[in-house]
Amino acid sequence: MQINISAKEGAPIYQQIVNQVKYLVASGRLAPGEEIPPIRALAEQLTINPNTVARAYLELERAGVVTKRHGAGTYISESGSPLARRERVRILTRRIDALLAEAANMGIELDEIVDLLRERHAPLQTRSGK
Amino acid sequence: MNLPSTSSADAVIAITGLTRRFGSKRALDEVSLFVPRGGVFGLVGENAAGKTTLIKHILGLLKAESGTVRVFGKNPVSDPVGVLSRVGYLAEHRDLPGWMRVDQLLCYTRAFYPGWDPQYAEQLREQFGLDPAARVKTLSQGQQARAGLLIALAFRPELLLLDEPSSGLDPVVRRDILEAIIRTVADEGRTVLFSSHLLDEVERVSDQLAMIHRGRLVLCGRLDEIKESHRRLVLRFDSPQTALPPMKQALSVRGSGCEWTVLCNGERNGLCASVQQWGARIVEEQVPSLDEIFMAHAGRKAGEVESSPALS
Repeated sequence: MQINISAKEGAPIYQQIVNQVKYLVASGRLAPGEEIPPIRALAEQLTINPNTVARAYLELERAGVVTKRHGAGTYISESGSPLARRERVRILTRRIDALLAEAANMGIELDEIVDLLRERHAPLQTRSGK
Repeated sequence: MNLPSTSSADAVIAITGLTRRFGSKRALDEVSLFVPRGGVFGLVGENAAGKTTLIKHILGLLKAESGTVRVFGKNPVSDPVGVLSRVGYLAEHRDLPGWMRVDQLLCYTRAFYPGWDPQYAEQLREQFGLDPAARVKTLSQGQQARAGLLIALAFRPELLLLDEPSSGLDPVVRRDILEAIIRTVADEGRTVLFSSHLLDEVERVSDQLAMIHRGRLVLCGRLDEIKESHRRLVLRFDSPQTALPPMKQALSVRGSGCEWTVLCNGERNGLCASVQQWGARIVEEQVPSLDEIFMAHAGRKAGEVESSPALS
């Protein structure tokens, strides 16, 4: 599990871990059922306080992103949590905003963008159908 | 793993109303703080802010002029053995006996601590690459720091006290020190207090934080709460401003023209009301970095101290 902590960023470190794990789950880099490192191992890997990792895992557990199996570690939840879906939508929304801003700069209308999306989507659809 | 409690009953270190003068200078001014068991307590402040003076009181090297200092419920001045046998200490200026060889240093230190763990000491010595036959004075600064860290850790102290441990050291040694801090709290809920002016290190490993400025405690509490109670707001005005009206929540104000950045603490609602009153909008709101929080507090408190005749 690749997590990067930056003290330059304002967000508290536990929040940075929570956000990045959610992102990794939403983007499929962490699969359902996959085990994530024990608290102490991640604390040593990132050289951060183990209590901070514990707090991040607790938040992730409350949000349904991970599940603790008693005495056997922490795993990414099997049932794709509703939050993971919300997170995916959030990631996409950001990209769509960027797309819309760029399109506006280029003077391209919304209808045209929608057409373009459909056009690009069609071949992907047949490819995944094979 | 439990988050440390902040109740004073369970405090490893309890300091109340500690004041210390050196001549006319107030090195510590009515400092009260409690270090809970099982966490990492970061002490930050500029050079000469009073961090080392505070640590010397915890070690019983200085006697409280007024106020009380208790470590494990004991007075470190009247019961130095009861306190120091349970405290591992590493100072910025590592005053190790230079004429000793590394193996002699370990042997010598071991005699003071019944709880010395020879296996652990040997494991650390190997991990740190310390040659047992080398004279301490011939070691590089980084290796001396590692030797100091080894003898502070090898008896598995209940309290590890580090005074500017990273000062002047390269990143590899600094990482060794941070790892030692992490392992100490991860094992059996032992406690660490360390001072530093490297705020990114403090932010990484601390769960409690105290900020000292000119002998006074300007901030003290859980690190995440401190961070979340501060906000950096970017305000946008319809017309250019030459200055912003004063507001009590603001620690620092920067900017010019239509856009101003305000770093504020708590009471966000009050601030929002003021902002609306001036006809400004909040265009950005973020949690500031610890650096920014520190600078804002240091800047403000410096102004206050200068305007106070009692301290000039």
